Amino acid sequence: MTTTPITSSGHRPGNTAKSSLHRQPNLPRNRWNAVFTILAGLFAAIVVLPLLLVLAYVVIKGGSSMSLKLLTDLPPAPGMTGGGIGNAIIGTLIVSLIAALIAIPIGVGGGIYLAEYSKSGPFASFVRFGTNVLSGVPSIICGVFVYGLIVATRIFFDQSYSAMAGGIALSVLMLPTIIKTTDEGLKLVPQELRWGAIGVGASKFVTITRITLPTAMKPIATGIVLSIARAAGETAPLIFTALFSPFWPEGLFSPIASMSVLIYNFAIMPYDVQIALAWASSFVLVMMILIMNIFARYLGSLNRI
Amino acid sequence: MTGDTKTDLFRLRRRPWTEKITDQSFRLLATVLASLVGLILAAILFTVLAGSRTAMASFGLGFLTTSNWNPVTNEYGAFTAIYGTLVTSLLSLLIAVPLGVGTAIFLTENFIPLKGRQIIGMMVELLAAIPSVVLGLWAIFVMEPFLRPILGSLHTTLGWLPFFSTEPQGPGIAPAILILVVMILPIITAIARDSLSQVPTELRQAAYGIGTSRWGAIFQVILPAAISGIAGGVMLSLGRAMGETMAVTMIIGNSNNFSLSLLAPGNTIASMLANQFGEADGSQVSSLMYAAFVLMLLTLVVNVLAQWIVRRLSLRYT
Repeated sequence: MTTTPITSSGHRPGNTAKSSLHRQPNLPRNRWNAVFTILAGLFAAIVVLPLLLVLAYVVIKGGSSMSLKLLTDLPPAPGMTGGGIGNAIIGTLIVSLIAALIAIPIGVGGGIYLAEYSKSGPFASFVRFGTNVLSGVPSIICGVFVYGLIVATRIFFDQSYSAMAGGIALSVLMLPTIIKTTDEGLKLVPQELRWGAIGVGASKFVTITRITLPTAMKPIATGIVLSIARAAGETAPLIFTALFSPFWPEGLFSPIASMSVLIYNFAIMPYDVQIALAWASSFVLVMMILIMNIFARYLGSLNRI
Repeated sequence: MTGDTKTDLFRLRRRPWTEKITDQSFRLLATVLASLVGLILAAILFTVLAGSRTAMASFGLGFLTTSNWNPVTNEYGAFTAIYGTLVTSLLSLLIAVPLGVGTAIFLTENFIPLKGRQIIGMMVELLAAIPSVVLGLWAIFVMEPFLRPILGSLHTTLGWLPFFSTEPQGPGIAPAILILVVMILPIITAIARDSLSQVPTELRQAAYGIGTSRWGAIFQVILPAAISGIAGGVMLSLGRAMGETMAVTMIIGNSNNFSLSLLAPGNTIASMLANQFGEADGSQVSSLMYAAFVLMLLTLVVNVLAQWIVRRLSLRYT
């Protein structure tokens, strides 16, 4: 027997090329591995590329025209120059606020029901299924729904298009996200905390509102911030519920401008001024949404439960 | 006296009626809020169905197969839009699935250090946060002008195929497909990444232990183990692609003339709704509601199927 001893590094001295313990880059399997690895890296680069391109264009084309006047003025009439997107910024804030005020109580309440009162059972699984289905309903359908329910029926003081209708349409979109994050956030709360609270004599109501909800506050807040960020950028539910208005907001029950609808309306206008405003509006909207996303991320990264 | 306080301390406390009422009403409130989800779903279905009643009565199922859309003569058929919805969503899926799953593999394997992967993962998530209407604006003014010569050469070389038979003239189905790819990539990537990272390490170690290569393990062990989540994610993004509205509306051209060519302008149900609903009245609203009902049914089927796939195909590791 004349086997060469293998050194500790798995290396046969003097016989490296034939050693099966050495990686041989020319083997077909190793070549295929390299090919697939490069392909996967390439795919990752392709996926990231649109984000960089969109951000770059939004910052260059929209950020360059930023000024205080642009943020505080009304949009110009077609053919005129100057003007700004002040009413659209305020409109987006108002409509998102309405949506949040409707969706947060309903969503958190529904999530509490799922996590605290009925973990399983036919009704809970129906609600969970319904939440999933609702999150799959296209946003334009939410618009059609609110149009049929509120705009066409003129249910609010005989007003058709209104900020309220837009806010309700957005709240339908936000609802599933808030229910899900509340449900999942509450499930992360250790069962011992609930037992402890009940054990010292707290009622179920006090246990939930004083112990479990505050403990799960961070994941719930993260979900809420993310859902508001998503709603603020939505256009489809607003175009025939909140409509658009070239003026300052005139109350909750009249049409209202929003940045997303402004982008949609102005992008297809044949005027350079309007197109520039659409880019500026995109810049403000994207920055707002990115900041909310980063904030949500920061909330989520705070010491977890 | 001291004895009395001692027994008081350990005596079972009788719950005051206010506490009972609070508890019960809070439970009732939570139940009512939870059932609102079902109520809203039912209300959506009812509103759309009720709105489309007249169109359903006058056009019947022929609405789905005819493609004339004429508000003047009040004749409506949604075939162009339904075809556009299916073709844009399926083709965008065809492009996005390999890209998304490949990226997910790249992000779950240790090709590059964790820090780099986290940054790429964060960027993919941020892409999902960009509003659809901003992507539409970008598609109109940046992507489509850049793409036009490429699509033009596609037309000159492959023009004998019916799918490339028209000259690209700006907005059309092909740019809409590409912007849809951008929109659903983050969803597919995120879900595939989650499913892949949930595959137990032992499976991978066992695969390496019996001598497979890295990509052998990926293709034959890790991907099959994660297939349920990935398939579910693909179905979810199909539903999203079908219902995606703004970016598609801005770039598809909104034409109701049926054309097989991907380079010609077209329509999807969602883009038709966004484009016409505001100015429509009478039987046009009803027809649009009918189209909305079709879209709702399509996305509903796809979403329920997605949930079913995840439950049915998921392998359980304990």
